[in-house]
Amino acid sequence: MAIGGSEALEVSEAAGTQLDFLDLGGQIAARSPLQLFWRRLRQDRVALVSAGFIVLLIVLAVAAPLVIKILGLPGPNVQNLNLTDEFGSPLGPTSGHPFGVDQLGHDVMSRVIYGTRVSLEVGIIGTALSTLIGVFFGLVAGYYRGWVDTVISRMTDVVLSIPLLLLGIGIGAACAVKGCLGGAIQPGLRVIIFLIVFATWPYMARIVRGLVLSLREREFVDASRALGASDARIMVREILPNLTAPIIVFASLQIPSNILIEAALSFLGVGIRPPTASWGQMIASATPIFNTAWWYMVFPGAALLLTVLAFNLLGDGLRDALNPRGAR
Amino acid sequence: MSDPELQIAPGPGERAGEEPLVEARDLVKHFPITRGVFLQRKVGAVKAVDGVSFAVRRGETLGIVGETGCGKSTTARLVMRLLESTSGQLTFDGQDITKVKGAPLKAIRRDVQMIFQDPYSSLNPRKTIGSIISEPFAIHGLLTEKDERRKAVQELMETVGLNPEHYNRYPHEFSGGQRQRIGVARALALKPKLLIADEPVSALDVSIQAQVLNLLRDLQRKFGLTLIFIAHDLSVVRHMCDRVAVMYLGRIVEIGSGDALYAFPRHPYTGALLSAVPVADPSRHGGKRRLLTGDVPSPANPPKACRFHTRCPKAQDLCSIEDPPLEDKGTGVLTACHFPLTREEVAEMGLATVTQSTPAG
Ligand SMILES: Nc1ncnc2c1ncn2[C@@H]1O[C@H](COP(=O)(O)OP(=O)(O)OP(=O)(O)O)[C@@H](O)[C@H]1O
Ligand SMILES: [Mg+2]
Repeated sequence: MAIGGSEALEVSEAAGTQLDFLDLGGQIAARSPLQLFWRRLRQDRVALVSAGFIVLLIVLAVAAPLVIKILGLPGPNVQNLNLTDEFGSPLGPTSGHPFGVDQLGHDVMSRVIYGTRVSLEVGIIGTALSTLIGVFFGLVAGYYRGWVDTVISRMTDVVLSIPLLLLGIGIGAACAVKGCLGGAIQPGLRVIIFLIVFATWPYMARIVRGLVLSLREREFVDASRALGASDARIMVREILPNLTAPIIVFASLQIPSNILIEAALSFLGVGIRPPTASWGQMIASATPIFNTAWWYMVFPGAALLLTVLAFNLLGDGLRDALNPRGAR
Repeated sequence: MSDPELQIAPGPGERAGEEPLVEARDLVKHFPITRGVFLQRKVGAVKAVDGVSFAVRRGETLGIVGETGCGKSTTARLVMRLLESTSGQLTFDGQDITKVKGAPLKAIRRDVQMIFQDPYSSLNPRKTIGSIISEPFAIHGLLTEKDERRKAVQELMETVGLNPEHYNRYPHEFSGGQRQRIGVARALALKPKLLIADEPVSALDVSIQAQVLNLLRDLQRKFGLTLIFIAHDLSVVRHMCDRVAVMYLGRIVEIGSGDALYAFPRHPYTGALLSAVPVADPSRHGGKRRLLTGDVPSPANPPKACRFHTRCPKAQDLCSIEDPPLEDKGTGVLTACHFPLTREEVAEMGLATVTQSTPAG
């Protein structure tokens, strides 16, 4: 019997190591997983600074008109041709226009602040939708297995083999004027979000599927089924709570990559179109005049860099705080 | 195990002529072995359970014993309807439940509950004890008042010997024995008629095992439960069960009342299991132990005819040609063996129990 006991323990330990990632505080007692998570995150300065910066960005995006008023800047689409010299070259940073102006006399700072809106919308909405879809398909594929899994997995394979930028250029061009699919895909922000969601959900689906495949073999799933729980209840109430850590970590790292995709598409001229301000599109129109007007590229570029960096650092911090047996 | 705590009074006697609460007839479960990624070809089958029949009367405890991999958990999962049987029939409370689905199945789930083998993986690490134990109420829409439900859960916690104030704690804050108690509370929440305990103590410290076993026995009396008790070895079962079924490679090789079976095992496999039981009894040291040699054959490719013949000390030619039927060999115990153990052979083995009680035959 003693032999039987140690065998069973070994089995459970093996299952435990497979799911290390999920097992918050397996060995630390007397705290809920959430409390433990907060405690670890609070000790991570880099992550906290990043989080602070992201909060600032969100405030800037939400209150953009107010911020601009307070700073005494003109609106993002206000053109003032007096601010360009006789050759059409824009003026550099001045006290009235701290980030300078562009060729059309727009205030660059004002446009950088408004550009935050686009980046965050794409980053957050795009990631939220793609997470929703990815988690759904991943759960269903991993839970039901069999032909359901085969169909979903092949679908992810196909989608992941489509080059996103090429597709973006194609769709961007085709839908630029009147939209596609009976108007469901409108040019601009919506096309970009659609593209990002379409191209990125399979990553989340794959991660979730893999985890569900091993989670569904745990006895608490059988216990729940033995009590009469429906498949949906088991997936949502039993399995999903064990996936929050990896989902949060992966989604937080997906946000910056989506922001970069938007910038790239807008840079290529198939994303956000003028007059709406977007960092990628500003960088694109700054390219030909970089020699004379460095500020037009440097400020939106720095905004993009810092934003992406902040999200990445926060994502790393979340991963470490959610995974007690990790590097730190 | 001669722990005095484990000495348990005999359970309710067998009442003849009564309809069994649960009955399995020729249950079979084959897990297909497949090859290939795209077109999955079936290349064979793990015959985890291969024609198992038994009946459990109300209030009775049936023990299922066997080495690891012999199909005990699979049998339990079949009875629980957590697995679909390949063939065979399952009756519960007079109703054929082999194929029930949907709402009728959910209704039956209220009456049949299970305690799992591994207390570490059977509790969701993300849920508090309170929500784990109240899950049965939530699933069946019972006790919808929050206070009522909390009260019921705390009563259950008390019943199984847990501190009701630990309602809001998480599983990782509990020891193995406490976790198993949580599992027991969850299984009892709906007041089931049948409880299946799948090696409920094999993952626990030896010092804790007796406590959990005593708890189970007390609860069985208190709630008039019918119990199917699965264990690795006969020593645990001895103190818990009225009747015992011995499994080998997906089949029941011997089934009968515990007393008769322990006193006079007829199947050589049962004899070997019994003589492998470590008993701190000096009178046994002179006995000729019949320990098993060799490995258990693979359930994917079991020996023909009698499955035990490859390891059986008494095997003869007939054993690899003809499958022995499960029949009474004169002691009231059903045994599947062409050449059952004789009284002399059993006496030679020096089993501690042989002299203690007299077999019916
Ligand atoms: N889902 C499955 N797929 C394939 N084979 C399985 C599956 N479940 C069990 N088996 C196989 O069926 C056989 C019986 O397994 P089972 O878990 O019923 O044994 P057990 O008697 O409970 O053993 P233990 O004492 O280790 O718990 C084993 O050979 C096992 O590998
Ligand atoms: Mg088992």
